[in-house]
Amino acid sequence: MSIVLQANAVERRFPAPRGLADLLLRRPIRAVHALSGVSIAIEAGETLGVVGESGCGKSTLARCLVRLIAPDAGAVMFEGQDIATLRSSDRLRFNRAVQMVFQDPFASLNPRMTVGAALAEVLRVHNIVPDADIPARVLALLDQVQLPASAAGRYPHAFSGGQRQRIGIARALAMEPRVIIADEPVSALDVSVQAQIVNLFMELQERLGLAIVFITHDLRLVRHMAHRVAVMYLGRVVETGLTHDIFEAPRHPYTRALISAVPSLIPGQARADAVRGELPSPMAPPPGCPFHPRCPIVMPRCASDAPSLINGVSCWAAG
Amino acid sequence: MSLVVRDLRVVFDTPKGPVWAVDGVDLEVAPGAVLGLVGESGSGKSVTLRAIARLLHANATVSGEVLWEDEDVLAMPPDRLRRLRGAEIGIVFQEPMAALNPVLTIGLQIDESLEAHTELDTKGRRARALELLDLVGIAAGGARLGQYPHEFSGGMRQRAMIAIALASSPKLLLADDPTTALDVTIQDQILRLLLRLKAELGMGLVLVTHDLGVVAQTCERVAVMYAGRVCEAGPVASVFASPRHAYTQALLRAMPGEGARAGAKLVPIPGQAPRLDRPAQGCAFQPRCTVSESACETRRPSMETDGDRRFACYAEARL
Repeated sequence: MSIVLQANAVERRFPAPRGLADLLLRRPIRAVHALSGVSIAIEAGETLGVVGESGCGKSTLARCLVRLIAPDAGAVMFEGQDIATLRSSDRLRFNRAVQMVFQDPFASLNPRMTVGAALAEVLRVHNIVPDADIPARVLALLDQVQLPASAAGRYPHAFSGGQRQRIGIARALAMEPRVIIADEPVSALDVSVQAQIVNLFMELQERLGLAIVFITHDLRLVRHMAHRVAVMYLGRVVETGLTHDIFEAPRHPYTRALISAVPSLIPGQARADAVRGELPSPMAPPPGCPFHPRCPIVMPRCASDAPSLINGVSCWAAG
Repeated sequence: MSLVVRDLRVVFDTPKGPVWAVDGVDLEVAPGAVLGLVGESGSGKSVTLRAIARLLHANATVSGEVLWEDEDVLAMPPDRLRRLRGAEIGIVFQEPMAALNPVLTIGLQIDESLEAHTELDTKGRRARALELLDLVGIAAGGARLGQYPHEFSGGMRQRAMIAIALASSPKLLLADDPTTALDVTIQDQILRLLLRLKAELGMGLVLVTHDLGVVAQTCERVAVMYAGRVCEAGPVASVFASPRHAYTQALLRAMPGEGARAGAKLVPIPGQAPRLDRPAQGCAFQPRCTVSESACETRRPSMETDGDRRFACYAEARL
């Protein structure tokens, strides 16, 4: 297997919004540490699940991977090349090859363009097919996401949430991508519709050999569809590995806490104790290991030294 | 039974015509029992909960019976209703930030509830407020009482909401998807808190949720709702093990599984959620049902009772 897309020690900070009091009191500008050295790699044809709770940096990572935002440090590599250095035709090739599907299909479609026009625009701007073939390709794309041909003439408001997400996927597919970055693509959908979209992703991957980065807070979904998993906490990857290994034998205490916190579908199953404490603010991440204030097996060294990711786990107690 | 709901109907009068949000719901909650009300968006679960406490807007027409300890809630005069809400029935809403008053301290908001529903003096109310914060797991209560909702994290706000609802020691707590906005580790803490309070205070709990896992882990009995009706009800363990309504079965199969079922293809429910402004003549689930028969299209199945199970499905024997 070959690595198509890779993040190498990516860091990204955002300046925190400043209030009037901050200005008057001349408080220093504070920063949200969204990503503090994240490395992941995606191989052709596989699904990498990225899981974590709010503030863990998973959406920032998605945006870095498609070059919607640039990292402060580290690099995103596409086929071995730093995407920040790509120029002209190489950059266009990257833009086509790596596509994003957003969480909110309501906000990511132009309400004043018919679905057919939105898809045709993508095909035309990027010269994917000759102009004469555009209408046929639009229908083929709609068919690929299991929407009727009549959908081309309608506006986004005429579709339900699940159908809109299909349109979002069709738009990504129009570019004939090799990698799809999907940021919480089914979180806004009901369970019954969610399953339709999850199956669609899996079918498309089988048929087109797509690599998928599936970003979600839903561990059940990741377990279901990812080949490999990266667990994030406060801007770091704390554990990564094959899905089966992560779920059957989690090594990081946060991964264990996360898995046991998901309510099982089997009634009356005994569960481990709840993890204590709250998620710390990414504005003031704790020193040392970011999980140490909540960790059930914390050691003195965890509060001062941050462990690095070794053999797929970032924990002093693992070994 | 402490709460009995019989043939509850709610029709919203909208500019586009009537919407039948709740269409003949029967429920029973024994003292100290936990009932889960589960369904997808638009199934009428939250409207049912709000109708029980008579919290719906004036454009809602509510009919049927809501009996609280044999007293008809729907016919209660306003002053009796005021004593019921808060004092005997506590309510916890989905979005604590929208339900809490942003310009009053948490302490004042707990105090308001205590002043309205108890005979305590100022000193006694403060002592009770501290007790309540301790009960819901908010540490350093003295300092927290003086803080505003925006100074609380999402999980802490929900704890504060629960403290307010518990101020007058209600016999029944209505919780409207209280963990949907929370991260999974925080959700776990809040659900455990609700169960502990239920056991310690002996109160009943009606938990509205869209998450079957939450039902499996917290409820004793469950009522599954679809298109404003209860399609199946019974003890959680037996409903999950052998569903007797086609919708319940389909919903369970659409969920990403655990253990051996992980990675297997999901069985999505075809089609989209039903429209409530055009009620179906037959079973509301029929257009999406894969086991329906001709009777389902023309005649609404009536509720059958078999021991502690209730279900309204012609295909029950074939599931």
